[in-house]
Amino acid sequence: MTLTIALAGIAVLLALAALAVLLAGTPKAGRVVYGGCTIVTAISLFAAASHLLGAAPPASLTLPLGVPWLGSHFRLDALSAFFLVVVDLGALCASIFALGYGEHETAPQRVLPFYCAFLAGMSVVVLADDAFTFLTGWEFMSLTSWALVMAHHRVPDNVRAGYVYLIMASFGTLTLLLGFGLLAGPTGHYTFDAMRAAPPAASLGALALVLALIGAGSKAGIVPLHVWLPLAHPAAPSHVSALMSGVMTKVAVYGFIRIALELAGPPDWWWSIVILAAGGLTAVMGVLYALMQHDLKRLLAYHTVENIGIIFIGLGLALAFKAHDQLFAAALAFTAALFHVLNHSLFKSLLFFGAGAVLTATGERDMEHLGGLIHRMPQTAFMFLVGCAAISALPPLNGFASEWLTFQAILLSPQLPSWGLKILVPAVGGLLALSAALAAACFVKAYGVTFLGRPRTPAAANATETDRFSLGAMTVLATLCLVAGILPGLFIDALAPVNIALIGARMPAQIGAQWLSIVPIAASRSSYDGFLVFLFIAMSGGLAAIAIHRFASDRLRRAPAWDCGYPDPSPATQYSAMSFAQPIRRVFGTTVFRARETVVMPPPGDTRPARLTVELRDLIWDFIYAPLAAGIGLAADRLNRLQFLTIRQFLSFVFAALVILLLVLALWS
Amino acid sequence: MIRDLLSQSVQMLLVLFLAPLFVGFVRKVKARLLRRQGPPLIQPYRDLLRLIRKEVVLADSASWLFRVIPYLVFAATWVAAALVPTFRTDLMFSWSADLIAIIALLGSARFFLALAGLDVGTSFGGIGSSREVMIASLAEPAMIMIVFTLALIAGSTQLSTVAEFMASPQVGLRVSLGLALVGLVMVAIAENGRIPIDNPATHLELTMVHEAMVLEYSGRHLALIELSAALKLILYVSLLACLFVPWGLEAAGATLTALGLGVAAYVGKLAAGGFLLALFETSIAKMRVFRVPEFLGVALMLGLLATLLRFVSGSF
Repeated sequence: MTLTIALAGIAVLLALAALAVLLAGTPKAGRVVYGGCTIVTAISLFAAASHLLGAAPPASLTLPLGVPWLGSHFRLDALSAFFLVVVDLGALCASIFALGYGEHETAPQRVLPFYCAFLAGMSVVVLADDAFTFLTGWEFMSLTSWALVMAHHRVPDNVRAGYVYLIMASFGTLTLLLGFGLLAGPTGHYTFDAMRAAPPAASLGALALVLALIGAGSKAGIVPLHVWLPLAHPAAPSHVSALMSGVMTKVAVYGFIRIALELAGPPDWWWSIVILAAGGLTAVMGVLYALMQHDLKRLLAYHTVENIGIIFIGLGLALAFKAHDQLFAAALAFTAALFHVLNHSLFKSLLFFGAGAVLTATGERDMEHLGGLIHRMPQTAFMFLVGCAAISALPPLNGFASEWLTFQAILLSPQLPSWGLKILVPAVGGLLALSAALAAACFVKAYGVTFLGRPRTPAAANATETDRFSLGAMTVLATLCLVAGILPGLFIDALAPVNIALIGARMPAQIGAQWLSIVPIAASRSSYDGFLVFLFIAMSGGLAAIAIHRFASDRLRRAPAWDCGYPDPSPATQYSAMSFAQPIRRVFGTTVFRARETVVMPPPGDTRPARLTVELRDLIWDFIYAPLAAGIGLAADRLNRLQFLTIRQFLSFVFAALVILLLVLALWS
Repeated sequence: MIRDLLSQSVQMLLVLFLAPLFVGFVRKVKARLLRRQGPPLIQPYRDLLRLIRKEVVLADSASWLFRVIPYLVFAATWVAAALVPTFRTDLMFSWSADLIAIIALLGSARFFLALAGLDVGTSFGGIGSSREVMIASLAEPAMIMIVFTLALIAGSTQLSTVAEFMASPQVGLRVSLGLALVGLVMVAIAENGRIPIDNPATHLELTMVHEAMVLEYSGRHLALIELSAALKLILYVSLLACLFVPWGLEAAGATLTALGLGVAAYVGKLAAGGFLLALFETSIAKMRVFRVPEFLGVALMLGLLATLLRFVSGSF
């Protein structure tokens, strides 16, 4: 039943895409299409959530679509239901947000049809139960999101972003195709049921896992395959950025989980080493890149890379524990990863919506041209602050709850017998702690420079509060961030069916724990109670406020800023995003980015301004992608000569090729 | 139930009222070591009283957040300080937040304080905030690694359980504990902005961090911020005391006299800690801001090494 509703939802979304083409240009098109998407995703969300919470048995359906003799298989099990909840929740909020935000779109006919199709594509991927349907949905999702990235195609940066995205997306699909080819085996059973029934040999499974890590990892943003992500995500309209960062990367995580934990057979212990190393590297590099940005949306995109790293650390631990048959620990790590999937989709969508509201109000994405928006847009500022606190893993919000679970999983790992993991896991724990601390630093910068201080440009000084639909969507997400933070037990219990299906064990039920606390293993070992922490903070803050207002002077005088007696009215004397990051750039940037600062100080009497130039290098681009691109260019130039041969030369080439092929065939057997 | 609640409240009020006294004590010892008379012990209380009676001078460009942050910072720090065992373990609500959560609560307080530094839009606030987050970005992972070590030794991240384990005879002398102790002292110095990282006694010095961040605060807001800073200092000393000198900590169900002895032992430990801090601060010079990462890098490496040792073998 639920599956039918979800598939009907996909069909309606595709119909809406067609309708959007017809309606293009009419003034009500945005309202109709986004309103339709809101209703469809709300119904689908309700169905998926009831399937997950009711721990309903998996449902399958075969539709006579696609390859004639195969059909399209769809299946809704616990994992699909959870990811369908993530997709639909993100899509629902994005559609509500777009009801207001979409009004400012200059080219709605380039956004509306692809938006509905994009939503449909993501839903197809999580519901697919055979490789053809999965890859079709995956490619559909990639292409529609590419079209959305190219919506504003006259901006040169967007064209480059679209180009890089297209290449990386085709590369990712290619590796996934090869991976599924390995999993299908010589008999060529492309349904997931057949793959589950006959898992591949260990070496082939490992190869398929590596291919899945590259294919799904490039979509999710694993370093060093992340290069397209910070270009493409910010280029799209903001509600699409939110979907790409908050939801599409999670669909990629879904693809990876499906292959790594289910289709590739029983895990080997060393698989987790690859995943843990990739996750740790991704988490720290993502946040370091983010710290160096001053474009608000690009900063958020780099934080997606960081959070994907945190999710993969959880998945790597789950695989490690599962390979050593420590199923309860595996369930803890897997729950942490899945909970972070949900949490990240919540706060990242919220933050992109906030950035979108800022973009509409000021026309600026560059933080160096913003500032002081808390005075002009107080409600957006408050919601954005909740998102910043959540992503910085501050208690009692949700980001902390899932990172806390990940830390608890790391603390269980000395039980693992293999030495490689014993050395690697503490280092990964250190990287995780480092990335959490750096993320907090980065969001102090993002919030402080954008919303606090004094406006740096007239656009920022004259901004107005955003519309009520956008605010409504942000309020929903901010509330969910708080609820998931103070009642994590409910969410952990809801994830139990997914754990039972994929790990074979579940975390202890949290619902009966005293005062709504969460107890992953035993009360004497660790527990955390977001609800009480929230209550205590509220109570002691309230107590302080009452005491202050009872006993203290309540006089207040507005005056110019003190600033040690030398306040300067020019807003340019404030700390900017670049100057805020300078100490951290000096600590980490000299090695990671080869950062170099040059100061040109004119001699006394010279009227030229002094100049500070900061030079950063993206070593991953310089050492991996640039040589690769140069190599391909060089090879293409050389091969270009082949186009200008005479007919005799072509014929002799064909003949030589035939002879060589026959020789190979003769020697092969 | 009532007894537990009472005991928890006593603990909360104890840290709140001892915190300014401890700051005064450290100042007094420092002054005496420099052969000065020094302010009286109760001077911090007088300062706080004077501050809350004064009017608040609020910068024109300050937002509502600037006025809310002192309460948030105070609340987060007070909750964290109330969860660290002082005179008895097994506090009523100690299970509601483990050591990782306590560190994160202090992180929340710092996050908001750093935002306050940026709110008015002055260069001093910005310099303070940016340096504070740089220090925190190294101190926090170091602290987490130390927490890992302790958690792996005691088999728990609950501070009460860890403290009870540390007081029990099974703990013994361990290499990893020694590394963790040194690391924790270094982190505590950095987190509280003491010499050689920052100087709590100076204003108008370009190297300042914490004082630059709160430069625009005045009146009752400043009083709350100063009280939070004092609470944070006493929190770290209590943490060191309950982990590494856990003697005198009373377990659950102790008699009233035993609890009294526990409080006396706690005050004694605070005095010893304060004296050592003052001695250390007077015997060392402040370092340049860009030497701080090296200092904290050592703490991080010590923590990582201690954790690694625990991962490799249970006997270290």
